[in-house]
Amino acid sequence: MSEPLLEARGIQKSFGQVHALRGADFTVHEGEIVALIGDNGAGKSTLVKILSGADQPDEGQILVDGGPVSMPSPHAARDLGIETVYQDLALAADLDPAANLFLGREIFRSGLLGRLGFLDKRAMARDTANEMARLGVRLKDATAPVAALSGGQRQSVAVARAAMWASRVIFMDEPTAALGVVQTEQVLQLVRRVRDEGIAVVLISHNMPQVLEVADRVEVLRLGARVARFTAADATVDDLVAAMTSGTTEERAA
Amino acid sequence: MTTVDSSTTTQGPAPASAWRSLGDRVRHGETVRIFGALVILCAAFSILRPHAFPTTANIVNIASDASVLLVLAVGGTYVILTAGIDLSVSGVLVFAGVISAKIMAALGGQSVGVLLLSLAAGLVAGLAWGLINGVLVAKARIPALIVTLGTMGASQGAALLITNGVDVRDVPFNLVLSVGSGKVAGVPWLVVIALAVAVVGGVILSQTRFGRYTYAAGSNAEALRRTGVASARHLIKVYAVAGLLAGLAGYLSLARFATTTLGGHATDNLSTIAAVVIGGTSLFGGRGTMIGTVIGVFIPTVLQNGFVVLGVQAFWQQVAVGVVLIAAVYLDQMRRAARQRP
Repeated sequence: MSEPLLEARGIQKSFGQVHALRGADFTVHEGEIVALIGDNGAGKSTLVKILSGADQPDEGQILVDGGPVSMPSPHAARDLGIETVYQDLALAADLDPAANLFLGREIFRSGLLGRLGFLDKRAMARDTANEMARLGVRLKDATAPVAALSGGQRQSVAVARAAMWASRVIFMDEPTAALGVVQTEQVLQLVRRVRDEGIAVVLISHNMPQVLEVADRVEVLRLGARVARFTAADATVDDLVAAMTSGTTEERAA
Repeated sequence: MTTVDSSTTTQGPAPASAWRSLGDRVRHGETVRIFGALVILCAAFSILRPHAFPTTANIVNIASDASVLLVLAVGGTYVILTAGIDLSVSGVLVFAGVISAKIMAALGGQSVGVLLLSLAAGLVAGLAWGLINGVLVAKARIPALIVTLGTMGASQGAALLITNGVDVRDVPFNLVLSVGSGKVAGVPWLVVIALAVAVVGGVILSQTRFGRYTYAAGSNAEALRRTGVASARHLIKVYAVAGLLAGLAGYLSLARFATTTLGGHATDNLSTIAAVVIGGTSLFGGRGTMIGTVIGVFIPTVLQNGFVVLGVQAFWQQVAVGVVLIAAVYLDQMRRAARQRP
């Protein structure tokens, strides 16, 4: 098998007396959806923060394509092609989808106007329309402020933003937690589509049936370390729950 | 990097509807309504006093009255769009006017150099107060209401300290005759300057990254920060612009009244906020337009002028503006509630 796309090795992180991560490992391969699961306090969020540059490990190594990297900031992670979809989506609700997709990465007009900070709204709208079409996202009104969209469509905009800029991995924190049945299915469809476009997706979720439905692999964290790896097709909800609640630090082969 | 196929990115323009956002259209509709209210107001006063209200002299009068407020409201629009507030502009205006007047008095003479130097001093004074506001709001994270309430008192007090509470009156005649009451093609210079400020402010707001970050800061500051934008620095710039424009307004006021009018601006901050909010900018940030603010400035000004022309006590204007302001905020809240349904 080729080198993992993104790998964490022996990550340790303490907050005062609390050891959030005790030598956690994590692996993401190209073109897969991998679910990261674990009970509350298992260290999922801390691990995701470290792998998306929002926090720094005390110990351990992060490797991209087999080579060690450092991610001192979210900027650095993004430069490595790693994007994050936050649970609160981090969208500016008064701006339209195009403005949100390009927030902080605007396209300027050419020439003097561009150097003065004038935006090329047309180019950004066009690239956004192309991105939405590529991902199969149909917005009720592509030019409405994000606040006017439904929860599922807002989630789709946030995912599309990540997919537009990510070249390697997208982390998604509970992407369907606030959604209804139909919208959840649409977002999961979108997640698969992103995977099929060649970007690996890390799904953080508490919904075990959903994890088995959409993920290719599952990695389980318990007490700050990886305790199990499953191929989703061969695992049951009971397997996952057993690993989450009583898994030992010895890993089961995937 | 963008993942879009480069062959499509260089092709022809997207359909016009794709880049004119619905938000723009809705706000446009709002703007049309405010403009309609202004037209009705003007029509009513014109019918009631056909020989006094709709005359060239009176229209020039209204525009001159509105110009200083408009300069303040351009800055106020930026601040309120970030979900902030700037109460200090009334004090900063007076302070900057005093600084300009003192420089004029110290240098003496009527030369253009003196006028420009005193203008620069006033602008720097306004900018300094704006930077203080911005740093305290963005870095020290003190609520803008409190920060600018404090600097309002401080700047007004400083102006009184410098002048011992006595208005500085030795403003060069050249300034009063040119900027203060001069006209170009029948339009007062004050109005030309104020409109130029509004146009530049409006273009920057709607067309540039600075404007977009202003909307984003008021819409979701955390989202802006997470995309890697130095949002605190942007906020400081916005308050700095508001201070700078308050400095300019102080200079224009000096030119218009030929004195520092120490006590005459106490409610300018509230008038500014009222004009911006009546013009459709949301007090919660993120929504609003400069054209709305321009119209919003004229509503209280026309009311005041109309009441004077009608012979109604001008105090009614304050009552009317208060009612309109509360109604405007109420409507904004209703719109927000209607829109925020999941």
